[in-house]
Amino acid sequence: MARHHVRATVNGDAVEFLCETGQTLLEALRDELRLTGTKEGCGTGDCGACSVMLDGRLVCSCLVLGVEAEGRSIETIEGMAVGEALHPLQQKFLEHAALQCGICTPGILIAARALLERNPDPTEAEVRDGLAGNLCRCTGYHKIVEAVLAAAREMRGA
Amino acid sequence: MSELRYEAPKTLAEAVALLSGAKGRARVLAGGTDLLIQMRTGRIQPELLVDIKAVPELGEIVAGNGGYRIGAAVTGMQLIEHADFAKRWPGVVDGVRLIGSLQVKGRATVGGNLCNASPAADSVPALIAAGAVARIVGPHGAREAAVETVVVGPGKTSLAVGEIVTSLLLPPRPLRSGDAYLRFTPRSEMDIAVVGAGVNLTLDAQGICTQARVALGAVASRALLVPAAAAALIGTKVDAAALARLAAAARDACSPIDDKRGSREFRLRTAGVMVCRAAGIALERARRNDG
Repeated sequence: MARHHVRATVNGDAVEFLCETGQTLLEALRDELRLTGTKEGCGTGDCGACSVMLDGRLVCSCLVLGVEAEGRSIETIEGMAVGEALHPLQQKFLEHAALQCGICTPGILIAARALLERNPDPTEAEVRDGLAGNLCRCTGYHKIVEAVLAAAREMRGA
Repeated sequence: MSELRYEAPKTLAEAVALLSGAKGRARVLAGGTDLLIQMRTGRIQPELLVDIKAVPELGEIVAGNGGYRIGAAVTGMQLIEHADFAKRWPGVVDGVRLIGSLQVKGRATVGGNLCNASPAADSVPALIAAGAVARIVGPHGAREAAVETVVVGPGKTSLAVGEIVTSLLLPPRPLRSGDAYLRFTPRSEMDIAVVGAGVNLTLDAQGICTQARVALGAVASRALLVPAAAAALIGTKVDAAALARLAAAARDACSPIDDKRGSREFRLRTAGVMVCRAAGIALERARRNDG
Protein backbone atom coordinates (compact mmCIF):
# COMPACT_ATOMS: atom_id res chain seq x y z
CA MET A 1 0.00 0.00 0.00
CA ALA A 2 1.04 3.58 -0.57
CA ARG A 3 2.44 4.83 2.69
CA HIS A 4 3.14 8.53 2.81
CA HIS A 5 5.83 9.95 5.00
CA VAL A 6 4.35 13.19 6.34
CA ARG A 7 6.22 15.90 8.21
CA ALA A 8 4.16 18.49 10.02
CA THR A 9 4.09 20.64 13.15
CA VAL A 10 1.64 19.66 15.87
CA ASN A 11 1.20 22.02 18.82
CA GLY A 12 4.55 23.58 18.01
CA ASP A 13 6.48 20.31 17.83
CA ALA A 14 7.90 18.88 14.62
CA VAL A 15 6.33 15.46 14.02
CA GLU A 16 6.59 12.75 11.39
CA PHE A 17 4.13 10.01 10.67
CA LEU A 18 3.28 7.42 8.05
CA CYS A 19 -0.21 7.25 6.64
CA GLU A 20 -2.12 5.69 3.79
CA THR A 21 -3.75 7.92 1.17
CA GLY A 22 -7.26 7.29 2.43
CA GLN A 23 -6.43 8.00 6.08
CA THR A 24 -7.83 11.22 7.47
CA LEU A 25 -5.90 13.74 9.52
CA LEU A 26 -8.13 12.71 12.43
CA GLU A 27 -7.00 9.09 12.07
CA ALA A 28 -3.38 10.16 11.72
CA LEU A 29 -3.58 12.27 14.89
CA ARG A 30 -5.30 9.57 16.93
CA ASP A 31 -3.85 6.34 15.56
CA GLU A 32 -0.37 7.33 14.36
CA LEU A 33 0.54 10.18 16.72
CA ARG A 34 -1.56 8.86 19.64
CA LEU A 35 -3.09 12.28 20.24
CA THR A 36 -6.51 10.98 21.21
CA GLY A 37 -7.87 14.25 22.61
CA THR A 38 -9.40 15.01 19.22
CA LYS A 39 -12.58 12.97 18.97
CA GLU A 40 -14.47 11.37 16.13
CA GLY A 41 -18.18 12.06 16.19
CA CYS A 42 -19.99 11.79 12.86
CA GLY A 43 -17.01 11.44 10.52
CA THR A 44 -18.83 13.54 7.93
CA GLY A 45 -18.06 17.11 9.00
CA ASP A 46 -21.42 17.75 10.62
CA CYS A 47 -20.64 17.60 14.36
CA GLY A 48 -17.32 19.40 14.83
CA ALA A 49 -16.03 16.98 17.49
CA CYS A 50 -12.81 16.55 15.48
CA SER A 51 -12.15 20.31 15.14
CA VAL A 52 -8.49 21.32 14.98
CA MET A 53 -6.62 24.34 13.68
CA LEU A 54 -4.83 23.78 10.37
CA ASP A 55 -2.45 26.65 9.52
CA GLY A 56 -4.54 28.87 11.80
CA ARG A 57 -7.86 27.87 10.24
CA LEU A 58 -10.61 26.00 12.08
CA VAL A 59 -11.33 22.72 10.23
CA CYS A 60 -12.85 19.29 10.79
CA SER A 61 -9.91 16.89 10.84
CA CYS A 62 -12.19 14.10 9.54
CA LEU A 63 -12.46 16.06 6.26
CA VAL A 64 -8.71 16.46 5.75
CA LEU A 65 -6.41 13.69 4.52
CA GLY A 66 -3.37 12.96 6.63
CA VAL A 67 -1.19 13.39 3.56
CA GLU A 68 -2.55 16.93 3.13
CA ALA A 69 -0.91 17.86 6.45
CA GLU A 70 2.57 17.75 4.86
CA GLY A 71 4.41 20.94 5.87
CA ARG A 72 1.39 22.30 7.75
CA SER A 73 0.93 23.46 11.31
CA ILE A 74 -1.78 21.77 13.35
CA GLU A 75 -3.10 22.74 16.77
CA THR A 76 -5.08 20.23 18.81
CA ILE A 77 -6.67 20.20 22.25
CA GLU A 78 -3.45 18.72 23.68
CA GLY A 79 -1.76 22.07 23.08
CA MET A 80 -4.36 24.16 24.85
CA ALA A 81 -3.26 23.95 28.49
CA VAL A 82 0.25 25.12 29.34
CA GLY A 83 1.66 22.42 31.59
CA GLU A 84 -0.74 22.19 34.53
CA ALA A 85 -2.27 25.59 33.81
CA LEU A 86 -5.59 25.26 32.04
CA HIS A 87 -6.61 27.70 29.32
CA PRO A 88 -9.29 30.13 30.66
CA LEU A 89 -11.85 28.40 28.41
CA GLN A 90 -11.04 25.02 29.93
CA GLN A 91 -11.25 26.48 33.44
CA LYS A 92 -14.62 28.11 32.75
CA PHE A 93 -16.00 24.90 31.21
CA LEU A 94 -15.22 23.18 34.52
CA GLU A 95 -16.66 25.98 36.65
CA HIS A 96 -19.86 26.18 34.60
CA ALA A 97 -20.24 22.41 34.25
CA ALA A 98 -20.33 22.95 30.50
CA LEU A 99 -19.87 19.28 29.65
CA GLN A 100 -21.30 15.88 30.44
CA CYS A 101 -19.93 13.04 28.35
CA GLY A 102 -17.13 15.21 27.00
CA ILE A 103 -16.92 13.89 23.45
CA CYS A 104 -17.80 17.27 21.93
CA THR A 105 -15.71 19.26 24.42
CA PRO A 106 -12.27 19.28 22.74
CA GLY A 107 -13.79 20.42 19.45
CA ILE A 108 -15.90 23.07 21.15
CA LEU A 109 -12.88 24.39 23.06
CA ILE A 110 -10.86 24.64 19.84
CA ALA A 111 -13.74 26.40 18.05
CA ALA A 112 -14.34 28.71 21.02
CA ARG A 113 -10.68 29.69 21.17
CA ALA A 114 -10.72 30.43 17.43
CA LEU A 115 -13.81 32.58 17.96
CA LEU A 116 -12.26 34.58 20.83
CA GLU A 117 -9.06 35.14 18.88
CA ARG A 118 -11.12 36.83 16.15
CA ASN A 119 -13.64 38.44 18.45
CA PRO A 120 -12.54 38.90 22.09
CA ASP A 121 -15.90 40.42 23.12
CA PRO A 122 -18.63 38.38 21.42
CA THR A 123 -22.33 38.71 22.07
CA GLU A 124 -24.26 35.61 23.06
CA ALA A 125 -25.56 35.38 19.48
CA GLU A 126 -22.01 35.58 18.14
CA VAL A 127 -20.91 32.77 20.46
CA ARG A 128 -23.82 30.61 19.27
CA ASP A 129 -22.96 31.43 15.65
CA GLY A 130 -19.26 30.69 16.23
CA LEU A 131 -20.14 27.28 17.69
CA ALA A 132 -22.85 26.40 15.16
CA GLY A 133 -20.59 23.76 13.63
CA ASN A 134 -20.18 21.94 16.95
CA LEU A 135 -22.94 19.66 18.16
CA CYS A 136 -23.45 18.62 21.77
CA ARG A 137 -25.99 15.88 22.39
CA CYS A 138 -26.11 15.96 26.19
CA THR A 139 -25.34 19.25 27.94
CA GLY A 140 -27.41 21.48 25.74
CA TYR A 141 -25.75 24.69 24.74
CA HIS A 142 -26.67 27.11 27.51
CA LYS A 143 -23.85 26.26 29.90
CA ILE A 144 -21.36 26.07 27.06
CA VAL A 145 -22.30 29.56 25.88
CA GLU A 146 -22.14 30.90 29.44
CA ALA A 147 -18.70 29.38 29.93
CA VAL A 148 -17.39 30.91 26.69
CA LEU A 149 -18.77 34.34 27.63
CA ALA A 150 -17.22 34.05 31.11
CA ALA A 151 -13.86 33.05 29.63
CA ALA A 152 -14.05 35.97 27.20
CA ARG A 153 -14.64 38.37 30.11
CA GLU A 154 -11.71 36.94 32.03
CA MET A 155 -9.39 37.00 29.01
CA ARG A 156 -10.27 40.67 28.39
CA GLY A 157 -9.58 41.41 32.06
CA ALA A 158 -13.12 42.76 32.38
CA MET B 1 -9.77 -2.43 -4.78
CA SER B 2 -6.64 -1.04 -6.36
CA GLU B 3 -4.33 1.26 -4.53
CA LEU B 4 -5.38 4.87 -4.05
CA ARG B 5 -2.76 7.29 -5.33
CA TYR B 6 -2.35 10.88 -4.19
CA GLU B 7 -0.60 13.56 -6.23
CA ALA B 8 -0.19 17.25 -5.45
CA PRO B 9 1.15 18.81 -8.66
CA LYS B 10 2.60 22.31 -8.55
CA THR B 11 1.43 23.34 -12.02
CA LEU B 12 -1.85 23.23 -13.86
CA ALA B 13 -0.24 21.42 -16.80
CA GLU B 14 0.87 18.59 -14.49
CA ALA B 15 -2.59 18.42 -12.91
CA VAL B 16 -4.28 18.14 -16.31
CA ALA B 17 -1.73 15.53 -17.46
CA LEU B 18 -2.34 13.44 -14.33
CA LEU B 19 -6.12 13.59 -14.70
CA SER B 20 -6.23 12.90 -18.42
CA GLY B 21 -3.58 10.19 -18.21
CA ALA B 22 -5.19 8.32 -15.30
CA LYS B 23 -5.97 4.68 -16.03
CA GLY B 24 -8.70 4.36 -13.42
CA ARG B 25 -11.14 6.79 -11.87
CA ALA B 26 -9.51 10.07 -10.98
CA ARG B 27 -10.88 12.89 -8.89
CA VAL B 28 -9.81 16.46 -8.26
CA LEU B 29 -9.26 17.13 -4.56
CA ALA B 30 -9.80 20.76 -3.56
CA GLY B 31 -11.39 21.29 -0.12
CA GLY B 32 -12.41 17.63 0.08
CA THR B 33 -15.51 18.34 2.16
CA ASP B 34 -17.76 16.48 -0.28
CA LEU B 35 -15.16 14.15 -1.82
CA LEU B 36 -13.91 12.58 1.41
CA ILE B 37 -17.46 11.81 2.52
CA GLN B 38 -18.29 10.22 -0.85
CA MET B 39 -15.15 8.10 -0.60
CA ARG B 40 -15.93 7.12 2.96
CA THR B 41 -19.47 6.02 2.16
CA GLY B 42 -18.22 4.08 -0.86
CA ARG B 43 -20.27 6.15 -3.28
CA ILE B 44 -17.10 6.74 -5.28
CA GLN B 45 -13.93 4.68 -5.31
CA PRO B 46 -11.29 6.75 -7.08
CA GLU B 47 -7.85 5.36 -7.86
CA LEU B 48 -6.18 8.75 -8.12
CA LEU B 49 -6.65 11.97 -6.17
CA VAL B 50 -5.16 15.09 -7.73
CA ASP B 51 -4.84 17.72 -5.00
CA ILE B 52 -4.95 21.07 -6.81
CA LYS B 53 -4.13 23.22 -3.78
CA ALA B 54 -0.41 23.35 -4.55
CA VAL B 55 -1.04 25.11 -7.89
CA PRO B 56 -0.47 28.77 -6.91
CA GLU B 57 -2.92 30.48 -9.28
CA LEU B 58 -5.80 28.30 -8.11
CA GLY B 59 -5.53 29.78 -4.62
CA GLU B 60 -5.72 33.44 -5.65
CA ILE B 61 -8.45 36.09 -5.48
CA VAL B 62 -7.46 38.68 -8.07
CA ALA B 63 -9.19 41.96 -8.97
CA GLY B 64 -8.71 43.04 -12.56
CA ASN B 65 -10.49 44.70 -15.50
CA GLY B 66 -13.20 45.82 -13.07
CA GLY B 67 -14.05 42.24 -12.20
CA TYR B 68 -12.68 39.42 -10.10
CA ARG B 69 -11.00 36.08 -10.66
CA ILE B 70 -11.49 33.55 -7.88
CA GLY B 71 -9.18 30.54 -8.05
CA ALA B 72 -11.02 27.23 -7.86
CA ALA B 73 -9.13 26.25 -4.69
CA VAL B 74 -10.00 29.46 -2.78
CA THR B 75 -11.83 28.46 0.39
CA GLY B 76 -15.16 29.84 1.50
CA MET B 77 -13.56 31.59 4.48
CA GLN B 78 -10.95 33.28 2.28
CA LEU B 79 -13.71 34.69 0.10
CA ILE B 80 -15.89 35.77 3.04
CA GLU B 81 -12.93 37.56 4.62
CA HIS B 82 -12.01 39.42 1.40
CA ALA B 83 -13.51 42.82 2.23
CA ASP B 84 -13.53 44.32 -1.26
CA PHE B 85 -14.99 41.21 -2.88
CA ALA B 86 -17.69 41.06 -0.22
CA LYS B 87 -18.53 44.72 -0.88
CA ARG B 88 -18.87 44.16 -4.63
CA TRP B 89 -20.59 40.79 -4.58
CA PRO B 90 -22.48 40.53 -1.28
CA GLY B 91 -24.95 38.06 -2.81
CA VAL B 92 -22.17 35.64 -3.76
CA VAL B 93 -20.89 35.94 -0.20
CA ASP B 94 -24.45 35.33 1.11
CA GLY B 95 -24.35 31.99 -0.74
CA VAL B 96 -20.86 31.06 0.43
CA ARG B 97 -21.72 31.90 4.06
CA LEU B 98 -24.47 29.29 3.99
CA ILE B 99 -22.16 26.43 2.99
CA GLY B 100 -21.78 24.19 6.05
CA SER B 101 -20.11 25.31 9.27
CA LEU B 102 -17.10 27.55 9.84
CA GLN B 103 -15.07 24.33 9.90
CA VAL B 104 -16.43 23.23 6.53
CA LYS B 105 -15.94 26.70 4.99
CA GLY B 106 -12.33 26.63 6.21
CA ARG B 107 -11.75 23.89 3.63
CA ALA B 108 -14.63 23.91 1.15
CA THR B 109 -14.01 25.79 -2.09
CA VAL B 110 -16.36 27.62 -4.40
CA GLY B 111 -14.96 25.61 -7.32
CA GLY B 112 -15.79 22.43 -5.44
CA ASN B 113 -19.28 23.60 -4.53
CA LEU B 114 -19.86 24.03 -8.28
CA CYS B 115 -18.19 20.80 -9.46
CA ASN B 116 -19.81 18.62 -6.80
CA ALA B 117 -22.94 19.41 -8.83
CA SER B 118 -25.52 19.31 -6.07
CA PRO B 119 -28.80 20.94 -7.19
CA ALA B 120 -28.92 22.56 -3.72
CA ALA B 121 -25.37 24.02 -3.66
CA ASP B 122 -25.72 27.45 -2.06
CA SER B 123 -23.04 29.37 -3.93
CA VAL B 124 -24.18 28.24 -7.38
CA PRO B 125 -27.45 30.23 -7.83
CA ALA B 126 -25.62 33.29 -6.48
CA LEU B 127 -22.79 32.80 -9.01
CA ILE B 128 -25.27 32.26 -11.85
CA ALA B 129 -27.16 35.43 -10.89
CA ALA B 130 -23.82 37.25 -10.77
CA GLY B 131 -23.10 36.21 -14.35
CA ALA B 132 -19.99 34.30 -13.31
CA VAL B 133 -18.03 32.38 -15.93
CA ALA B 134 -16.00 29.27 -15.20
CA ARG B 135 -12.53 29.10 -16.73
CA ILE B 136 -11.78 25.49 -17.59
CA VAL B 137 -8.46 23.95 -18.58
CA GLY B 138 -8.08 20.49 -20.04
CA PRO B 139 -5.92 18.35 -22.31
CA HIS B 140 -7.16 20.26 -25.38
CA GLY B 141 -6.58 23.73 -23.96
CA ALA B 142 -8.59 26.34 -22.13
CA ARG B 143 -12.21 27.38 -22.51
CA GLU B 144 -14.77 29.45 -20.68
CA ALA B 145 -18.31 28.43 -19.83
CA ALA B 146 -21.16 30.25 -18.11
CA VAL B 147 -21.60 28.78 -14.62
CA GLU B 148 -25.18 27.70 -15.43
CA THR B 149 -23.83 25.35 -18.11
CA VAL B 150 -21.28 23.57 -15.89
CA VAL B 151 -23.74 21.42 -13.94
CA VAL B 152 -26.02 19.20 -16.01
CA GLY B 153 -27.70 17.14 -13.30
CA PRO B 154 -27.22 15.82 -9.76
CA GLY B 155 -23.53 14.93 -9.42
CA LYS B 156 -22.95 15.47 -13.17
CA THR B 157 -21.02 18.23 -14.91
CA SER B 158 -20.29 19.12 -18.52
CA LEU B 159 -16.54 18.79 -17.86
CA ALA B 160 -14.71 16.38 -20.17
CA VAL B 161 -12.14 13.85 -18.90
CA GLY B 162 -9.07 15.71 -17.70
CA GLU B 163 -10.77 19.09 -17.49
CA ILE B 164 -10.50 21.21 -14.35
CA VAL B 165 -12.43 24.33 -13.39
CA THR B 166 -9.50 26.60 -12.58
CA SER B 167 -11.27 29.82 -11.67
CA LEU B 168 -14.52 31.70 -11.61
CA LEU B 169 -14.64 35.07 -13.33
CA LEU B 170 -16.94 37.76 -12.00
CA PRO B 171 -17.74 40.57 -14.45
CA PRO B 172 -17.19 44.30 -13.89
CA ARG B 173 -19.80 45.85 -11.59
CA PRO B 174 -21.77 48.86 -12.85
CA LEU B 175 -22.82 51.54 -10.37
CA ARG B 176 -26.14 50.97 -8.58
CA SER B 177 -25.81 47.18 -8.73
CA GLY B 178 -26.72 44.79 -5.97
CA ASP B 179 -27.08 41.05 -5.53
CA ALA B 180 -28.48 38.76 -2.87
CA TYR B 181 -28.96 35.06 -2.20
CA LEU B 182 -31.46 33.57 0.22
CA ARG B 183 -32.45 30.02 0.92
CA PHE B 184 -35.23 28.37 2.83
CA THR B 185 -34.15 25.76 5.37
CA PRO B 186 -35.91 24.52 8.50
CA ARG B 187 -32.97 25.73 10.63
CA SER B 188 -30.55 28.58 10.13
CA GLU B 189 -27.22 26.70 10.07
CA MET B 190 -25.88 23.38 8.84
CA ASP B 191 -28.77 22.57 6.55
CA ILE B 192 -29.43 21.93 2.87
CA ALA B 193 -31.50 24.36 0.83
CA VAL B 194 -35.13 23.42 0.23
CA VAL B 195 -35.27 26.41 -2.14
CA GLY B 196 -32.47 28.87 -2.95
CA ALA B 197 -32.88 32.15 -4.85
CA GLY B 198 -30.21 34.48 -6.22
CA VAL B 199 -31.02 37.91 -7.68
CA ASN B 200 -28.59 40.38 -9.23
CA LEU B 201 -29.79 43.70 -10.59
CA THR B 202 -28.63 47.11 -11.76
CA LEU B 203 -30.61 50.37 -11.50
CA ASP B 204 -30.35 53.57 -13.52
CA ALA B 205 -30.20 57.01 -11.87
CA GLN B 206 -34.01 57.08 -11.70
CA GLY B 207 -34.15 53.74 -9.92
CA ILE B 208 -35.39 51.78 -12.93
CA CYS B 209 -33.96 48.26 -13.21
CA THR B 210 -31.88 48.08 -16.38
CA GLN B 211 -30.27 44.64 -16.01
CA ALA B 212 -31.18 41.62 -13.94
CA ARG B 213 -30.32 37.96 -13.57
CA VAL B 214 -32.33 35.55 -11.44
CA ALA B 215 -31.31 32.01 -10.51
CA LEU B 216 -32.99 29.30 -8.46
CA GLY B 217 -31.49 26.35 -6.59
CA ALA B 218 -32.94 23.08 -5.25
CA VAL B 219 -36.08 23.30 -7.40
CA ALA B 220 -34.83 21.28 -10.39
CA SER B 221 -32.09 18.76 -11.19
CA ARG B 222 -29.60 21.63 -11.28
CA ALA B 223 -29.51 25.34 -10.42
CA LEU B 224 -31.43 27.30 -13.04
CA LEU B 225 -30.98 30.67 -14.70
CA VAL B 226 -34.51 32.04 -15.14
CA PRO B 227 -34.55 34.72 -17.87
CA ALA B 228 -38.34 35.15 -17.62
CA ALA B 229 -37.96 36.08 -13.95
CA ALA B 230 -35.28 38.64 -14.80
CA ALA B 231 -37.54 40.06 -17.54
CA ALA B 232 -40.21 40.69 -14.89
CA LEU B 233 -37.82 43.13 -13.18
CA ILE B 234 -36.18 44.89 -16.12
CA GLY B 235 -37.81 48.23 -16.93
CA THR B 236 -39.56 48.44 -13.56
CA LYS B 237 -38.82 50.08 -10.21
CA VAL B 238 -38.98 46.59 -8.69
CA ASP B 239 -42.37 47.50 -7.25
CA ALA B 240 -45.12 45.21 -6.00
CA ALA B 241 -46.49 44.48 -9.48
CA ALA B 242 -43.01 43.54 -10.77
CA LEU B 243 -42.42 41.33 -7.74
CA ALA B 244 -45.71 39.51 -8.34
CA ARG B 245 -44.64 38.79 -11.93
CA LEU B 246 -41.17 37.78 -10.67
CA ALA B 247 -42.70 35.27 -8.24
CA ALA B 248 -44.97 33.81 -10.92
CA ALA B 249 -42.08 33.45 -13.41
CA ALA B 250 -39.92 31.80 -10.75
CA ARG B 251 -42.64 29.28 -9.85
CA ASP B 252 -43.17 28.49 -13.54
CA ALA B 253 -39.47 27.63 -13.94
CA CYS B 254 -39.43 25.09 -11.09
CA SER B 255 -39.69 21.34 -11.51
CA PRO B 256 -38.96 20.31 -7.94
CA ILE B 257 -38.74 16.92 -6.35
CA ASP B 258 -41.12 15.90 -3.59
CA ASP B 259 -39.13 14.70 -0.59
CA LYS B 260 -38.93 14.76 3.19
CA ARG B 261 -37.31 18.19 3.19
CA GLY B 262 -40.02 19.84 1.14
CA SER B 263 -43.03 18.77 -0.86
CA ARG B 264 -43.32 19.81 -4.48
CA GLU B 265 -46.15 22.20 -3.63
CA PHE B 266 -44.16 23.74 -0.77
CA ARG B 267 -41.08 24.24 -2.94
CA LEU B 268 -43.12 25.92 -5.66
CA ARG B 269 -44.72 28.40 -3.27
CA THR B 270 -41.50 29.01 -1.40
CA ALA B 271 -39.58 29.69 -4.62
CA GLY B 272 -41.88 32.66 -5.28
CA VAL B 273 -41.47 33.97 -1.75
CA MET B 274 -37.69 33.58 -1.58
CA VAL B 275 -37.05 35.17 -4.97
CA CYS B 276 -39.09 38.26 -3.97
CA ARG B 277 -37.23 38.60 -0.67
CA ALA B 278 -33.88 38.21 -2.43
CA ALA B 279 -34.92 40.84 -4.97
CA GLY B 280 -35.79 43.20 -2.10
CA ILE B 281 -32.34 42.79 -0.56
CA ALA B 282 -30.60 43.15 -3.94
CA LEU B 283 -32.62 46.33 -4.56
CA GLU B 284 -31.57 47.87 -1.23
CA ARG B 285 -27.94 47.00 -1.92
CA ALA B 286 -28.13 48.49 -5.43
CA ARG B 287 -29.59 51.75 -4.05
CA ARG B 288 -26.75 52.03 -1.53
CA ASN B 289 -24.13 51.23 -4.16
CA ASP B 290 -24.33 54.53 -6.04
CA GLY B 291 -20.64 55.38 -5.93
